[in-house]
Amino acid sequence: MQDLGWSGILIGILKNFLPVWISLVVLFAVSIRYKRRLGLYGKLFDSPIAMIGFALVMFWVFTAIFADLIATHDPLSQISQMKNKLPGTVQPDGVNWYLLGGDHLGRDVFSRVVEGSRIVVQIAPLATLFAFMVGVSLGLPAGYYGGRLDTFLSFLANLILAFPVILLFYLLVTPEIVETGMPQYMALVLFLFPIAFLMVLVNSRYYVVPEFRTKVLLVIGVIGGYLYLSLVGEVGTKVAVLPNALDLIHVPGNILIVFVSVVFVNSPTVFRIIRGIVLDIKTRDYVSAAQTRGERPWYIMLWEILPNARGPLIVDFCLRIGYTTILLGTLGFFGLGLSPESPDWGSTINAGRKLITIAPHPAIVPALALMSLVLGLNLLADGLREESLRD
Amino acid sequence: MLPFLLKRISTMILTALCLTFVVFYLTNLPPNLEKLAKSEAGSRITDDEVASWLERNGYASPMILRYGEWLGVVPGWTTADADGTVVAGRCIEKGQDPATAARFCGILQGDWGVSSVFKDDVSKIIGVRLTLTGILMFWVMVTMVPVSLLIGILAGMREGSRLDRSLSTFSISTAATPEYVSGVILIAIFASSITGLKWFKGSAASAMDGITFENFFLPVLTIALYGVGQVARMTRASMAEVMTAQYIRTARLKGVSFANVVIKHALRNALIAPFTVIMLLFPWLLNGVVIVETLFSYKGFGWTLVSAAGNNDIELLLGCSVVAVFVVLITQLISDIGYVFLNPRIRIS
Repeated sequence: MQDLGWSGILIGILKNFLPVWISLVVLFAVSIRYKRRLGLYGKLFDSPIAMIGFALVMFWVFTAIFADLIATHDPLSQISQMKNKLPGTVQPDGVNWYLLGGDHLGRDVFSRVVEGSRIVVQIAPLATLFAFMVGVSLGLPAGYYGGRLDTFLSFLANLILAFPVILLFYLLVTPEIVETGMPQYMALVLFLFPIAFLMVLVNSRYYVVPEFRTKVLLVIGVIGGYLYLSLVGEVGTKVAVLPNALDLIHVPGNILIVFVSVVFVNSPTVFRIIRGIVLDIKTRDYVSAAQTRGERPWYIMLWEILPNARGPLIVDFCLRIGYTTILLGTLGFFGLGLSPESPDWGSTINAGRKLITIAPHPAIVPALALMSLVLGLNLLADGLREESLRD
Repeated sequence: MLPFLLKRISTMILTALCLTFVVFYLTNLPPNLEKLAKSEAGSRITDDEVASWLERNGYASPMILRYGEWLGVVPGWTTADADGTVVAGRCIEKGQDPATAARFCGILQGDWGVSSVFKDDVSKIIGVRLTLTGILMFWVMVTMVPVSLLIGILAGMREGSRLDRSLSTFSISTAATPEYVSGVILIAIFASSITGLKWFKGSAASAMDGITFENFFLPVLTIALYGVGQVARMTRASMAEVMTAQYIRTARLKGVSFANVVIKHALRNALIAPFTVIMLLFPWLLNGVVIVETLFSYKGFGWTLVSAAGNNDIELLLGCSVVAVFVVLITQLISDIGYVFLNPRIRIS
């Protein structure tokens, strides 16, 4: 077997991504066919920019889903003869190619990028969602009640915002801090917000049907509480509540601290956005109408104000996933948190940059991957903004 | 104006105090101190020796007291020998007579401590490094501000035109590209042996002695690109808004030429928002500086921050954080005040 030329490499890559192409075509065909019935999601398909953005994002989502099918090699296995080899080099045993070359340890760059998409696609949206829960639960009362509460919470938010992000990462994401159990304590506080949010959401809506409300609250409390304890606690660390047999989710300490610090950095900005929107919306007539009806504050906040703030929030959510992706890459770039072996894009760029003037491909490929995902999210947000402004 | 300023400044000082305390707390956790003791007194010392080393060097007192000492509002620690004479202390330098030493020595007195890695005064190190970063930032501003304003104005003056579409796409893509990505791509294109261009150098280490176009262009471009996207998008939005205003239409209907309308009527109002954005971009540029200085091994402020954090160099890291926090707070203050000055519609009451 021979080394591949550029066209050979391109064909090889396109062929390997086959499951992704099929899923993308099916998704787009179905969505465009039924776009009139799909609300805001359907409107995406009226704007070419939003469609390009959505395609880029879904490309990486499907890549993460089918990563095991797409990757040609194990992301960690090393072949020493393949160190820094150019894209399209054939393996020494002649069976297969390194489609995008080998990195400084002789690992397949292509497979590592594909596997790395998993880490980003898993952590970034989830961390953003948590940041939104925290920001919304604090921003709504701050904007609605105002006064001391607002002053205090805004001061806290500004405090975190005035912190240079990289300094914060360097202080939070170190083995010493993980040793003190600090990430778990922070997780204890931050992860409480989603449960509290859901409970207040249900309680304020179904206050008038106590039996139903109590049932739903119990379900949320039990399932949420179990997930909460299992997510935060880990046997053998400072916070160990559940025994190992019952512990459903095992999150290694370093992933947890990455997750927590990303949520921590994002939530004050979300808080500020929500607070601003609430200050604007609470002067509207329908809020006064609800107040006159005698609705209680949390009902007004969650069921009158929040639904009407959804436009800017959805747009910001897209942008913020992109920002979180950048933050995750920054952490990897400085070798913080994730293990150096890990195929995530930031760490791979960090490993590849040392030899960049001689063999740039190990750093360039993950860099382009990260760029395309963030660009896709930004284009999607732009398209969403235009479409949501239209009506 | 004065009450507003006083209120802003007092909030700023309170924020600075809180932030420096957080940094102090996080850098002075027991594991950090243990590591420091081991790197200073030998890596194989026992736990008891660590404890006694910490005791002798004033790390045993409560956190809040040590923060006060570091700040310079609590008298520095001293240790006395058996018969009560002071032998060592925070404010006593090696070979100095304890009697002549000052009682307070902290940030407020201008004593920033000594770096445990570089074995030099923190204030001196930071001074040198900040100058280097200052040069970098100067060139970043010189390239970034005119380019981004031009792109934003050109895109915003005819919203929806083909020029607007292409410039907006450009600014979205640069805003979506973090520095570590654009830096890597730029080096690979312009400085690697693969493309064979080798126009510029992939390292800015030589720029510390003398700046040339060859060794300084890539780092400046890398930081500026990200900022260009952000500022251009803001300028475009603000320009597009101004162009739909009534007074612009009136001017056009009166027969003023399009170029004149843009330059004389629209620009002044459209440039208020970008000014705030440029000021608020400073914290982000600080991030960019850290990334780019690490990537291009330019030993400025960002590089110092990273190396201090990586080497557990507590005093130097504290010094860096003070500078970083103040840069952020002062730019926020300037952007607030500048906004009021530039926009006569805003009244402070």
